[in-house]
Amino acid sequence: MATMDKPNEYRVIGTSPLRHDGTDKVTGRAQYGADIRLPGILYGAVLRSPHAHARILSIDTSGAEKFPGVYAVATAKDLPDLESKIVELGEGIVNRRYQSNNILARDKVLYFGHALAAIAATSSHVAKEALELIHVEYEVLPPVMDVRKAMEADSPILLDELRTEEFGKKGEKPTNISSHSQDKCGDIERGFKEATVIVEREFTTSMVHQGYIEPQNGTAQYNPDGQVTVWCSTQGAFGVREQVAEILEIPVSNIRVIPMEIGGGFGGKIGVYLEPLAVLLSRKSGYRPVKLTMDRSEVLTSTGPTSGSYIKLKMGADASGKITAAQATLIYEVGAYPGGSVGGGMGVLLAPYRIENAVIDGYDVLVNKPRIAAYRAPGGTNAAFAAETVIDELSEKLGMDPIEFRLNNGSKEGDRRVDGTVFARVGYLETLQAAKDSPHYQSPLPGSNSGRGIATGFWFNYGGKSSASASVNNDGTVNLLEGSVDIGGTRTSLAMQLAETLGIPAEDVRPVVADTNSIGYTEGTYGSRTTFATGWAVYETANSLKEKLMERAAILWEVEAKQVQFEDGVFSSGDKKISFKELASKLDETGGPVVASAAVQPKQYGPAFAAHIVDVEVDPDTGKVQILRYTAVQDAGKAIYPDYVASQMQGGVAQGVGWALNEEYFYDESGRLLNASLLDYRMPIALDLPMIETIIVEVPNPGHPYGARGVGEVPIIPPPAAIANAIYHAIGVRMNALPMSPGRVVSVLDTQKG
Amino acid sequence: MPVVWIPTPLRDLTQGKSSVIVTGSTVREAIERLELQFPGIKERLCENEKIRPNISVLVDGHVTPLKIRERLQETSEVHFVVRISGGSVIETDAGCFG
Repeated sequence: MATMDKPNEYRVIGTSPLRHDGTDKVTGRAQYGADIRLPGILYGAVLRSPHAHARILSIDTSGAEKFPGVYAVATAKDLPDLESKIVELGEGIVNRRYQSNNILARDKVLYFGHALAAIAATSSHVAKEALELIHVEYEVLPPVMDVRKAMEADSPILLDELRTEEFGKKGEKPTNISSHSQDKCGDIERGFKEATVIVEREFTTSMVHQGYIEPQNGTAQYNPDGQVTVWCSTQGAFGVREQVAEILEIPVSNIRVIPMEIGGGFGGKIGVYLEPLAVLLSRKSGYRPVKLTMDRSEVLTSTGPTSGSYIKLKMGADASGKITAAQATLIYEVGAYPGGSVGGGMGVLLAPYRIENAVIDGYDVLVNKPRIAAYRAPGGTNAAFAAETVIDELSEKLGMDPIEFRLNNGSKEGDRRVDGTVFARVGYLETLQAAKDSPHYQSPLPGSNSGRGIATGFWFNYGGKSSASASVNNDGTVNLLEGSVDIGGTRTSLAMQLAETLGIPAEDVRPVVADTNSIGYTEGTYGSRTTFATGWAVYETANSLKEKLMERAAILWEVEAKQVQFEDGVFSSGDKKISFKELASKLDETGGPVVASAAVQPKQYGPAFAAHIVDVEVDPDTGKVQILRYTAVQDAGKAIYPDYVASQMQGGVAQGVGWALNEEYFYDESGRLLNASLLDYRMPIALDLPMIETIIVEVPNPGHPYGARGVGEVPIIPPPAAIANAIYHAIGVRMNALPMSPGRVVSVLDTQKG
Repeated sequence: MPVVWIPTPLRDLTQGKSSVIVTGSTVREAIERLELQFPGIKERLCENEKIRPNISVLVDGHVTPLKIRERLQETSEVHFVVRISGGSVIETDAGCFG
């Protein structure tokens, strides 16, 4: 790992202390959702559809209800029949009916694996056996598995009431197109007339899963007094609380959600699947606690992967290397219900470049696949695969170095994007320059059948609502409560910001992820927001503590508070000095406990850019692509915990490599998922990857007290395009479909080279 | 005076104009002025006197949680963008570039 820029000006920030949750996790003491054991607990199982598209004619649960050991059986009839209405929750918007129908199908099943019924029994074995006694009568309908076919006028319709949403206007006819958006600037025809070279290509990407290690799980205790407790693996406890409340029509104040440790989420654990079922079954089984856990097959068939897509992109550049025009159509799968990620794709597609003439059309389209969920920079990787491949081809046609071409056209502060918005301070050019100067890029090109690829990426990042509270212990340590689930080491990155502000070591902070009854409202860990936004809350909390402690020092020294200064963990007034730790030991004699809290909603998120360099070797006989060397360069703003930043970059690359080379949902013609196991759904393993080199560029975000930008999402955006470009430079064929699996590489070689 | 950028799908209501200068000290007032000039535009942006739930309001580059109540300066730029969705059941205001 290397960090560019000037020497670190902080005492704690920019260092890599031992992580606070490290011991619990390496010793196996950390408690995950599946570890929950409660007296009288029941275990659940879920009946799932064997069809991709079918009308439910009847569900007979009588046999299962009589089965020994079964305490409760639930179908959609046990859920409130919610109207189709968009409601605003604290974390965003949701269509209540669609969300409910995704938990348990009501009229139709819309994908293979769609949940139909759930059972609570004395053991999971009993529950699964009883599932076989539920009889469902279906009218099987033709499935729609491809977005372009789903858009055709005579395509089977998934949701009869669906109309295309287009910025406040609804279409008139039934359709599978849930939304259409367009961004446009300049004069596209003039732009292409000014071009010396034009490249027009079509791209497809397959549906892929986040691949978190820990399957979804949820345990609930519904008490006779109406109070509900939920233990689960989630990226956001408050989001679970609101979704359970909405689906089951329970007041949020009756629900306490306790987020357990989480074994990965990557966007897939924002929405709920099991938690409402656990609550429902707990109530129906006579208020016994109920635990539901998915197996890997259920995770793949029935939770939300990310969109497969079709993208058509045309770009032109003049002889000087200036991009003159771009025109794109993006069509993204949303799966069974509306709410897709094409907006992210539209925003990412051309963001790295200053383009005066452009038009982008985006469509979210329903298909008979699981309702998609977020996946690390949702929508971005698909779009960058197209854009960065075309950019590579343009630079080649112009005889320009691909990084130089990007530097010529790169976005910077003040540049207006296609949708008219303007970039604030961003670090794209600095990131590109660091890539160009890197030892990797300066090294000789690899040998025969080997090539080097470059690609870049952008991600918006996010802010959102966060809360924190802290109390000072009399031994000089500080207990920190925060509402953000710790997925990527944020306990420590937050503790470091508190420590920096108070001038104490990070080890003297005791961070705890709190439940929904113990901390103020905090959005989930998504949008690369936690170190930034919850970091803001922690910073404000620390400043409040500091002010209160200055008052305590004033009491101690019998002076006015305004006569007390604070610097580097030491309070002073004239020649009197006292350290944070010493003052903490005198709280009892200066007024008692000191606590503080803060809630924030910061707006200046600070977008992120990344540039990746990859060398690959391709076996032209087998089509196998071997990654020889990989360097990820990224603007982190100020890297709060550089080791974690590097880990996020490496993790994003690893997932991006899987997306690029092997991962895909593989369906048969009837819509049945054929590779619902990790044996057949091929994710990268350690042997597939070299040590991923990282270079952290630091262009501080002016909207954060320590300059932090979100870092978690952007590193997954460039890998497929970088690898596609490397394959081209290795064997001379352009790849336009993901995954670039051995079979596909051989096929493209055969087609393009005869 | 503040400038309102017109989302591409609404430019059929503004005779193709991509931006419009308006008077108004809040987003609400800016929308009311727009509606006087370009009837029908308010309905595309608002529902029950609120910004539609799937639209984010950016003022001077930042998504504003105050939405229709956000105050505008003489030099303010206002953008309306479709909320970025991860595709989960929840959509967020991640469409900020500042």
